[in-house]
Amino acid sequence: MNQNSRGKLNQVFASIKTEAERRFQEMKGHNTQNIFIGMATCGLASGAMEVKAAFEQALLERKLNAHIIPVGCLGHCYAEPLVIVDKPGFPPILYHDVTPGKARLLVKAFLEEGDPVFEHVLGALEESDTIPSVLEFPRFNQEKKVVMANSGLIDPEDIYQYIQKGGYSALVKALTLEPEKIIKEIQESGLRGRGGAGFLTGIKWQLVRNAKEKDRIIICNADEGDPGAYMDRALLESNPHLLIEGIAIAAYAVGAETAIIYVRAEYPLAGKRMKNAIGQSRQIGLLGKGILGTDFDLDVAVFQGSGAFVCGEETALIESIQGKRGMPQPRPPYPSQRGLWGKPTVVNNVKSMASVPPIVGNGAQWYRGIGTEKSSGTAIFSVVGNIIHAGLVEIPMGVTLRTLIFEICGGIPNQKKFKAVQIGGPSGGCLPESSLDIPIDFDSLTEAGAMMGSGGMVVMDEDACMVDVARYFLDFTQKESCGKCTFCRIGTKHLLDILERIARGEGRNGDIELLENLSLDINGGSLCGLGKTAPNPVLTTVKYFRDEYEAHVREKRCPAMMCRALTAYYIDLDTCSRGCDACVGSCPTESIFTTKNRKKAIDQSSCVKCGECMSACPPEYDAVRKVSPPELAPKIERPEDG
Amino acid sequence: MDHKGEIEEKALLHDMASILTSFEKERSNLIPILQMIQEKYHYLSARALQIVAKHLEVSSCEVYGVATFYNQFRFYPPGKHQIRVCLGTACHVRRGDIILENFERKLEIKAGETTTNREFSIDRVACVGCCALAPVTTIDDTVHGHMAPSKVEGLILGFEIEKERRKRENQQGESKQ
Ligand SMILES: Cc1cc2nc3c(=O)[nH]c(=O)nc-3n(C[C@H](O)[C@H](O)[C@H](O)COP(=O)(O)O)c2cc1C
Ligand code: FES
Repeated sequence: MNQNSRGKLNQVFASIKTEAERRFQEMKGHNTQNIFIGMATCGLASGAMEVKAAFEQALLERKLNAHIIPVGCLGHCYAEPLVIVDKPGFPPILYHDVTPGKARLLVKAFLEEGDPVFEHVLGALEESDTIPSVLEFPRFNQEKKVVMANSGLIDPEDIYQYIQKGGYSALVKALTLEPEKIIKEIQESGLRGRGGAGFLTGIKWQLVRNAKEKDRIIICNADEGDPGAYMDRALLESNPHLLIEGIAIAAYAVGAETAIIYVRAEYPLAGKRMKNAIGQSRQIGLLGKGILGTDFDLDVAVFQGSGAFVCGEETALIESIQGKRGMPQPRPPYPSQRGLWGKPTVVNNVKSMASVPPIVGNGAQWYRGIGTEKSSGTAIFSVVGNIIHAGLVEIPMGVTLRTLIFEICGGIPNQKKFKAVQIGGPSGGCLPESSLDIPIDFDSLTEAGAMMGSGGMVVMDEDACMVDVARYFLDFTQKESCGKCTFCRIGTKHLLDILERIARGEGRNGDIELLENLSLDINGGSLCGLGKTAPNPVLTTVKYFRDEYEAHVREKRCPAMMCRALTAYYIDLDTCSRGCDACVGSCPTESIFTTKNRKKAIDQSSCVKCGECMSACPPEYDAVRKVSPPELAPKIERPEDG
Repeated sequence: MDHKGEIEEKALLHDMASILTSFEKERSNLIPILQMIQEKYHYLSARALQIVAKHLEVSSCEVYGVATFYNQFRFYPPGKHQIRVCLGTACHVRRGDIILENFERKLEIKAGETTTNREFSIDRVACVGCCALAPVTTIDDTVHGHMAPSKVEGLILGFEIEKERRKRENQQGESKQ
């Protein structure tokens, strides 16, 4: 790029920035108060809509002026709905579990009378003398937000808020550089693909850049099929422009003029926000023909998936965009050689693309400074299951699992013991307590038998049964196998059959060894990653929790008392109180009857073992017991008229 | 074909034509077309699939093959209220299967089916992205977090009361006229 066009580029962008700043001042200036409400899917599910309505109503009633700004996800899903109130004279304050009632209280007490209502405060977002900062909590101070830096702080439907925070300046910088220079920068940063395999992004881009065919394509993989992970969704909903900026830089670097974002079917809001963001970028010349006055053209489109896990696999995804069944294809040729419509194609995960603007903006060395030698940068996990501070966490690579689970996420609720953590979804594995000191990075996790995968992390307490977990994942992969190769199609079905019979208490001697052997065969005989990794949940649970399998097979006992065929509930007649019938109404199948001496008992023939009676029994009696062989529920006949 | 059937067929043809004109005759438009039809009719009827095949000049079994591959497409009309019980990993470890069973038992249908009065249908889904609120069930567009077996009955009852109320209002409205 010559001096002249660089000048023009900077000039065009400067006027966009001025506009962003003007709008920001309008919002922030003149002593206005701002209320930011988290309105991504998790916030909405927790009632953010009603909270917003309550704020609006209360402001109207009290004739107060304040901007209400819908924002995305901060990652603290355990505390939703989250609200940030920014009032002049105070630091921005974060409130948790806001209800419509709390919203009305905040308007009256804080906005009107200047009392920040300490009991509902989670913390201040900036250091101050008056209010403890959120940075005093490990959940905040051990995180390192690179990709999620602006998530939850800006309105995802307003491009200018992103620009005001420095957005799109990495694209502007990139457009002044030679494409090769950008690829080199990405290579030096050590960025590895966040979609699972951890392939070096810079090398992938170089391959496409080197292709003879000039018509090249970028695909951003937002299929996020792991049934228990939602990092990509949160990013799309909270900061869509970061992704567009990353895609635009990638397209410029490899020489592509078409980009497609493949969004999972179950994420309608993400798709909608993405389309809206693309429209805004196009309107002010950040996408489309002659971007920012340069000769770089780029069109970005959203393709909504239709619900098939295997379509997350890059070759299946490409088939699906072409209007076919999403069946994986043999590689080579890799998408970088022959991808969508036969053209050289870069396929990158959402988090990989979203890491690009910070890398280009701050330089490869800065990025290398975060994380470990071989896995640079940050990892984003959705930490869910039996965990106190469930939500999205962005940490530097290299933090141990123990720190993540027990310090950052607060550990296990209800005084239960930690049992296992499942990482990487259906392709990943379950790690036990003894593995908690391994650092989180691509290679250490793979070595332990799990994998980084997409970033789904499900924490399980002592009540989880590892046979059941393996059965759950095999049930999933078996249904999602596209059926192309025999080992995957039939092998997973057999694995599932064996696991089901073990869980029913019909396991046979040799079943555990059979599981292991079959797993290795499926791994070796499958074409794509789905089949190759499907046995991982079985292999890791057998490896780390073999005694649990043995208890099921030999003693027909489920040590965690989870497998329903091997457990029973009964009511302890010694502690059950006459006259109390709390459990009776809780039973969905009317299986609880009154015994001759007016206590309660469970009819085992119709009990579905849902555990409702156990939660319903008042703590002072605590009379419901759960047993697994050798202990059995005592037999009590239901009287004719009971 | 009876008269009513004929009118329905005409309406369908007309509607489909207007959906299809916004798409070029390209194979890669197949999935977006199917999505559009499903969004409008809530399911893909056999007739609709035939019309799509004709428009794209591919065989109907191709269209059917693609449609059946993906979980999102349904081939029977869903209930008025669509219940989707999440059985993603987080919801599974928090016993989402028990929630599903409760809906199934209460409505006397299985996942994937619709009640005979077409009021409710139940589906199992894998992760709706609110795992922190597990177990989760979505009914129509509302997400219900922290589900419990005991909440199932109340939710269904809520819809039934609502239906009764509307029926009464309608009757009252009619009797006033
Ligand atoms: C069964 C299967 C499912 C996959 N699902 C996803 C997914 O949901 N999201 C994703 O980004 N990559 C997924 N992948 C990995 C992709 O094939 C591909 O490697 C990735 O999108 C490349 O992007 P990256 O280099 O940025 O990681 C999946 C792979 C397999 C085998
Ligand atoms: S697993 Fe149910 S919402 Fe994610």
